[in-house]
Amino acid sequence: MTLEIRDLHVTVEGKEILKGVSLVVERGVTHALMGPNGSGKSTLAYTLMGHPKYQITRGEILLDGASLLEMTPDQRARRGLFLAMQYPVAVSGVTLYSFLHAATSAVRGYGDRTPAAARGRLNAHLMPMREFRQELNERLAFLQIDPAFLQRYLNEGFSGGEKKRAEILQMALLKPKVAILDETDSGLDIDALRLVSEGINVLQKDLDMGLLVITHYQRILNYIYPDVVHVFYDGRIVKTGDAKLVDVLEEQGYEWVRQGLTAGD
Amino acid sequence: MGEAGADGWGLGEPPETDMTSQHEELRGIKDRDEYDFRTEIDYAHKSRRGIGEDVVREISALKNEPQWMLDFRLKALDAFLDMPMPTWGVDLGTLDFEQFYYFMRATPTKQRSWDDVPAAIKDTFEKLGIPEAERKYLAGVETQMDSESVYSSLKAEWEAHGIIFVDMDSAVRDHSELVQAHISKAVPVRDNKFAALNSAFWSGGSFVYVPAGVNVEIPLQAYFRINAQSLGQFERTIIIAEEGSNVHYIEGCTAPQYTEAALHTGVIEIFVKKGAHARYTTIQNWSRNVYNLVTQRAIVDEDGLMEWVDGNLGSGVTMKYPAVVLRGPRARGEVLSIAFAGDDQHYDAGAKAIHLAPDTSSMITSKSISKGNGRSGFRGLVRVVHGAERAQSKVVCDALLLDRESRSDTYPYIDASEDNVRIEHEATVSKISEDQLFYLMSRGLSEAQASAIIINGFLEPFVKELPMEYAVELNRLVQLQMEGSVG
Ligand SMILES: Nc1ncnc2c1ncn2[C@@H]1O[C@H](COP(=O)(O)OP(=O)(O)OP(=O)(O)O)[C@@H](O)[C@H]1O
Ligand SMILES: [Mg+2]
Repeated sequence: MTLEIRDLHVTVEGKEILKGVSLVVERGVTHALMGPNGSGKSTLAYTLMGHPKYQITRGEILLDGASLLEMTPDQRARRGLFLAMQYPVAVSGVTLYSFLHAATSAVRGYGDRTPAAARGRLNAHLMPMREFRQELNERLAFLQIDPAFLQRYLNEGFSGGEKKRAEILQMALLKPKVAILDETDSGLDIDALRLVSEGINVLQKDLDMGLLVITHYQRILNYIYPDVVHVFYDGRIVKTGDAKLVDVLEEQGYEWVRQGLTAGD
Repeated sequence: MGEAGADGWGLGEPPETDMTSQHEELRGIKDRDEYDFRTEIDYAHKSRRGIGEDVVREISALKNEPQWMLDFRLKALDAFLDMPMPTWGVDLGTLDFEQFYYFMRATPTKQRSWDDVPAAIKDTFEKLGIPEAERKYLAGVETQMDSESVYSSLKAEWEAHGIIFVDMDSAVRDHSELVQAHISKAVPVRDNKFAALNSAFWSGGSFVYVPAGVNVEIPLQAYFRINAQSLGQFERTIIIAEEGSNVHYIEGCTAPQYTEAALHTGVIEIFVKKGAHARYTTIQNWSRNVYNLVTQRAIVDEDGLMEWVDGNLGSGVTMKYPAVVLRGPRARGEVLSIAFAGDDQHYDAGAKAIHLAPDTSSMITSKSISKGNGRSGFRGLVRVVHGAERAQSKVVCDALLLDRESRSDTYPYIDASEDNVRIEHEATVSKISEDQLFYLMSRGLSEAQASAIIINGFLEPFVKELPMEYAVELNRLVQLQMEGSVG
């Protein structure tokens, strides 16, 4: 399973944000994407997942050779793509538990398997509760999330770190083939960062998952070791290298990238 | 209670808004999935179409009613003919009283045992999912099929406690004095034109009497259903909760869909005596061709508590304003309602709290959803009379619009003749956000599922007040309502 992005151009409200992004994320491989504020990293992430606000004007996104461009976000999710969001959205009145149950069931195709006779029954499209509950409990323990959270409304009043943890909990249940983590590290304290990172590593190994880790900081990359590092600048990938690139960035900041660019012009 | 009909529905002056221009033909008979079906039933008796003294006399004779009830009906007929149609609220321009049948008897005699219920009717219940949701309560279910109860039975233990839970016809016969003492005492015959219509032609409905100090632990349930074309359904329900008693009555209804319009004008009167607690829960899902014009009112004595829990998903046009009249000191009233107006549906719903005594309090919470060209209006009236010191009222009104063309209007009326009161009003209008939809869809949920989840979340404060099986049913109805248009 490979996520392939070819010469992607994206505009938001008439303004071009992505100006030709090309990238291939293979299964089992970790890519880090680093770049200054406003350079378009989240735009890339949302576009890959199919947010309707982002208009693709040129380029192609392929998941295992199949184009995602005409697919809705849920179709992409069912094909194995996942996005841990930088700013997860709250939904009032919907418990984390019922949401996780519905999402897990949807991605695993329980709805598709509902026999015609049972259609319309509220629970017909859901994974059997006992089975789900057991798996959920294992994941909660694994990410050290208090089960009391399950009765809270989705992301409502969650602290920054709690939201990020809940995102990774979702990832653990949805078992994607390729996951994009948009600043999952921001908001996590040191202990939580280690715990969540280790969780991600275990999942990656279990699922042979391709990862695109968007971050500003080296610290998460100390735990999740990137095979490839990309520097993102003004809607493009301007540099690609190995993990050493992170150290260079950490030392010199993006000024170094900018100078490199102008020098090259 | 002599608050009679000068102001029509008792909601103060008619609003200035001209709603007649909003007229839309009740069209679009959509497939409403499993809730739209029809079971062939032999009607043992059917009145002629339309209104008249002959029809009133026929109904009364067929039911073997005492003279006082016939007189009551005839007087009400006069009132009905005499009274004007409401000129505000929803458009009733297409309503033609002559097109309906005002009485139908589904089976010749009332059934006491489930085994005696005809197969066709059982089949209908099956399709409605009643056996699933309510089988365990069947022994105590009061079920109304068309104009009359087909199945009615009472748990022995209730009888042992002196609780009366019967259909209204039986009550008129067997508890004549109690009925006579209460009928039209909360909703006067002349309260509004439809209350008068109901008083003249009523048929079916439940009668509940809970003696002082008795706590009815299991909710009393009635399942209403219109099952014949052009059938006017005029149930009349009276609930009396004596001092210190506690009762929860539930009515749910789904109706099949027909091309000709059907009329539902129920009247529900509840008497909450000193220190008693009554709750009336209803979820109506009439098909879109139904005119749903209901008058619900509770009179609450000192330290009593009345709760209306009111869900509206069906019918084409609805006018419904559950009311609490807080007559005794420290009486409390709560109205919690939801309305889901889909395409071609128009709700003019609301609530009314009348504070007549000191230290009374009311809480009105309304949640409405409008989809497509659906419209949902909310009228909340809070009236505090002179002397009702320290009365408190809170009105919260949240509207969720699903589409650009859907509408929601709020009309708060506050009328306080007392200074020392606290009345709060909050109203919000929101839309399903693109970001919420995207978030849920990115987790594999279809657009329809995602919308239904967001809507269920919006309705959660209402749903959590429902017994489990009704909560499940409501979620399912919301899902069906959503799947109707999305995808
Ligand atoms: N919906 C939108 N409407 C208008 N502008 C937008 C929208 N979304 C993104 N942009 C603009 O696109 C640019 C890229 O934003 P994006 O969120 O992708 O940056 P980022 O690289 O993720 O930044 P950060 O590191 O701060 O998260 C910014 O200038 C932003 O203001
Ligand atoms: Mg970002």
